Amino acid sequence: MQLTDYIEPLMQGAWVTVQLTLYSTVLGAVLAFASGIGKLSRHRTINAICVAYIELFRGTSLLVQLFWLYFALPLAGSAIGIDLRLPPVLAGVLALSLNIGAYGAEVVRGAIASVHPDQREAARALNFTERQTLWDIVIPQAIPEMMPPFGNLAVQNLKDTALVSLISLGDLTFRAEQIRNYTQDSTTIYSMLLAMYFGMALVLTVLMRGLERYVTRWRRARS
Amino acid sequence: MNDPIIKFDKVIKRFGDLTVLDELDFEVGRGEKVSIIGPSGSGKSTVLRILMTLEGIEGGVVTVNGEPLWHEQGPDGLKPASEAHLRKMRAQLGMVFQQFNLFPHMTVLRNITEAPVKVLGLSKAEARERAEELLELVGLADQAQKYPHQLSGGQQQRVGIARALAMRPNVLLFDEPTSALDPELVGEVLTVIGRLAEEHDLTMLLVTHEMRFAREISDRVCFFDQGQIREEGAPEELFTDPKEDRTREFLKAVLD
Ligand SMILES: Nc1ncnc2c1ncn2[C@@H]1O[C@H](COP(=O)(O)OP(=O)(O)O)[C@@H](O)[C@H]1O
Ligand SMILES: [Mg+2]
Repeated sequence: MQLTDYIEPLMQGAWVTVQLTLYSTVLGAVLAFASGIGKLSRHRTINAICVAYIELFRGTSLLVQLFWLYFALPLAGSAIGIDLRLPPVLAGVLALSLNIGAYGAEVVRGAIASVHPDQREAARALNFTERQTLWDIVIPQAIPEMMPPFGNLAVQNLKDTALVSLISLGDLTFRAEQIRNYTQDSTTIYSMLLAMYFGMALVLTVLMRGLERYVTRWRRARS
Repeated sequence: MNDPIIKFDKVIKRFGDLTVLDELDFEVGRGEKVSIIGPSGSGKSTVLRILMTLEGIEGGVVTVNGEPLWHEQGPDGLKPASEAHLRKMRAQLGMVFQQFNLFPHMTVLRNITEAPVKVLGLSKAEARERAEELLELVGLADQAQKYPHQLSGGQQQRVGIARALAMRPNVLLFDEPTSALDPELVGEVLTVIGRLAEEHDLTMLLVTHEMRFAREISDRVCFFDQGQIREEGAPEELFTDPKEDRTREFLKAVLD
């Protein structure tokens, strides 16, 4: 096996990693919004559910969550007669997004809370409903505050995808491990792996910066 | 006063142990322009904030247009107002804030059209037309597409006035509208408020430290002190011949 023979399986793995990162970051962002806003809700039940979710997933390790979803959930399901076997991709995306969602929820909550209360008063004086105030006035001003920490979470998420190789998902790390078992060429393989993750993280960082510039464009309008 | 548009009847307002308004009685007539003056902490903003439904009350009744603001009629007398009642009542009032409180993520035009579209249900075109007229009125017709941070404080406050007027309130509340402005920008805002006072039958309630302006535009001036109206009257009387020592001291301190 030559060095160039490594490229194709590694690229296949990288594509899986990209997809995992994309799906789980998007789903994670949706979860982060839902639970971050839910944590600020005055509705008791909604509030309790969101707090429980956030604390549970921040308080346990991603690896354990992944194993639980992939190995324990089907057993629990079969005990009560439901088929809860998840395909590895789904288990991977779910574990990653639930995790990033729980961390993201704190970011969303903090950013919403940081919008000046005067803005809510102005909205109230203009007779906006609470829902309109949240979505038209508060959240658009909170989003720029969320972007830098969200960027960090997305990169963190990319790196965390390596864990899904442990449930036999053919991501970049999994492919690298396969090649290494075959060739025993650890130095080359792991160096390539390092470089590829670094490259992907760089691209992701640039993309998140672009998104940040887009959502903060109103702040940069010049006279 | 017969048929006042605003009436405070023995209104009590507390913040914890601090009683800010202690059985305040206060009335404003339809179309009347009333200035509220007085030392800092005397409860001036609180009166406006209660009217704008930004602060609740602990006792007494506030009526707007003959209807209780913070209460509604229940089977056995008055009960605390629901959000629906507050929304209905709020539609009659508008407020101009000391810190402008414009929405920084919206253009000037959208600051003015957003509530008429979302709250009053105007079409975008109607709201835009209304906004353009108001921008003309406040002298900012050419600034519609700018964001608030691109404007001077005086311009921002004029947008704040246009934004409040776009909702067509019966009563407009001004809480120290020029106190956050650099001195050279105060004039342009006062000019706009003065023009409104002259040309509109809008009821105006103005908290201000601009004594000369208050004297020019007000039908009546109220001197607040420790949550009470210590003295009130026509501006010529109150400014030239105050009856109370406290009023005299206050005026002497601010006019010097
Ligand atoms: N949210 C609040 N919590 C506690 N105290 C408050 C609050 N708002 C106002 N106060 C107090 O109420 C008093 C009257 O305030 P305010 O109506 O703002 O006075 P003014 O506008 O005349 O300066 C002040 O002593 C102020 O510290
Ligand atoms: Mg005040």
